[in-house]
Amino acid sequence: MVNQATQLAVKADAVVKNFGETAVLRGLYLDLPTGEVTVLLGTNGAGKSTFLRILAMLTEIDSGSISMHGVDVAQNGPIVRAMTGSVLHSPMLYADMTIRENLMFFADMYRLEGVDELIASTTAQVGIEPRIDDRVRTLSHGFQKRVALARALMHEPQLLLLDEPESGLDSDSVEQLDRIIENYKSMGRTVVMTTHIVEHAMEIADRAVVLNNGTVGLNKTNPSGNREEILAAYSSTGNDR
Amino acid sequence: MGSLSVIWAIGRKDLLLEIRNKDVVVAIAGFALLVLVIFTFAIDLNQGNAKLVGPGVLWAGIAFAGVTGLNRAFALEVEGSTLEALMLAPISRDLIYLGKALGNFLFIAVAQIIVIPVFAVLFNLVVFRWEMLVISLLTTIGFSAVGTLFAAMSVRVRAREVMLPLMFLPVVTPLLMAAVESTSHMVHGRSWSDMAQWLQIAVAFDVAFVVISAFIFQHILED
Repeated sequence: MVNQATQLAVKADAVVKNFGETAVLRGLYLDLPTGEVTVLLGTNGAGKSTFLRILAMLTEIDSGSISMHGVDVAQNGPIVRAMTGSVLHSPMLYADMTIRENLMFFADMYRLEGVDELIASTTAQVGIEPRIDDRVRTLSHGFQKRVALARALMHEPQLLLLDEPESGLDSDSVEQLDRIIENYKSMGRTVVMTTHIVEHAMEIADRAVVLNNGTVGLNKTNPSGNREEILAAYSSTGNDR
Repeated sequence: MGSLSVIWAIGRKDLLLEIRNKDVVVAIAGFALLVLVIFTFAIDLNQGNAKLVGPGVLWAGIAFAGVTGLNRAFALEVEGSTLEALMLAPISRDLIYLGKALGNFLFIAVAQIIVIPVFAVLFNLVVFRWEMLVISLLTTIGFSAVGTLFAAMSVRVRAREVMLPLMFLPVVTPLLMAAVESTSHMVHGRSWSDMAQWLQIAVAFDVAFVVISAFIFQHILED
């Protein structure tokens, strides 16, 4: 059912999402090709995090449709969730379990095989293996985010969703994150991330999408080459760099 | 990995966290023991009275105490946003429900292992019988099935400590009646056939609410 050859990793058509009387997404159209790193920019409340939560299938849309690699999200929940890995605002880890116990548990939830090897390789990838038997409660927020990243990568998803992944990370960790994103892209996989650090986003992204008032205000490839236009669109949403 | 393995993994994880924190079982057992002790002082417990009121006190105590524990069991998932992590996994929502219900079943069952012997001593009743095991099993399944659903429904509500008992206790009343009546038959030394109709009610309640709750649970998790 999953069509890996489909060029579009994400196709959103007329997506509407309201929270009570507050309209967050107002008919959003967005096509994201496979193998690109896309950064979502916009002011607080522009709908970036809501859109990521919709892609992660944590939030249902009110109307419109979304497909991933040609698979309709509304009809194929478990298939789509197997294709995505998410690191959202909270690390979403069991504080009184160790890193290893957390990863083993989520490996069970993703029905993965060869768990010990997977854990060894992903923890090495994000640089958390020295503390693998420490309880999550004892880790800093930044370190917990790296554990969350390991969990998101463990099942090798086609689409990686990152909501302000650099928040709480030190500069070394941000560099490591950039390498992971680059490596992911080199494998032909897709990354969609939100951030408020626009300059950094333009360095690593293939595409910048500025959300404004629940719709796409600007959608540009080659962000570093279209820097001024993106910054102007971003500023017009009410943000300074 | 099959569905049963996923359910067991969630239940085992809850058990591991409970062994480390001892939040839920201590709350359930502690509350239920308090109820038993208070009633021991409040009632003249001669042999006739003990048989008459004992089953009601036992199951009311376990039901009220169960609410306390059920509240805590789901609050832990929400405080750490780990419920969302479960929702990200490519498993159907009813497996999450069944896993959480298994965890709650284990907590209430362990609490009963502590509470029932104390009840036997305080009320001077013979309860270590197969009938008690069956009654306890059926009642705990029903409590867990309904309690897990309502705990998930009330967990995002500000006044969840109030909401959960208001939803849970009226719904489990038929099960509570079945448990009290069958336990009453047991302490009076009557046969299986005397308590059969109450056990059948408990079985029907369990089957209905496990199926209904698993179905509803999928819809209450979404934003």
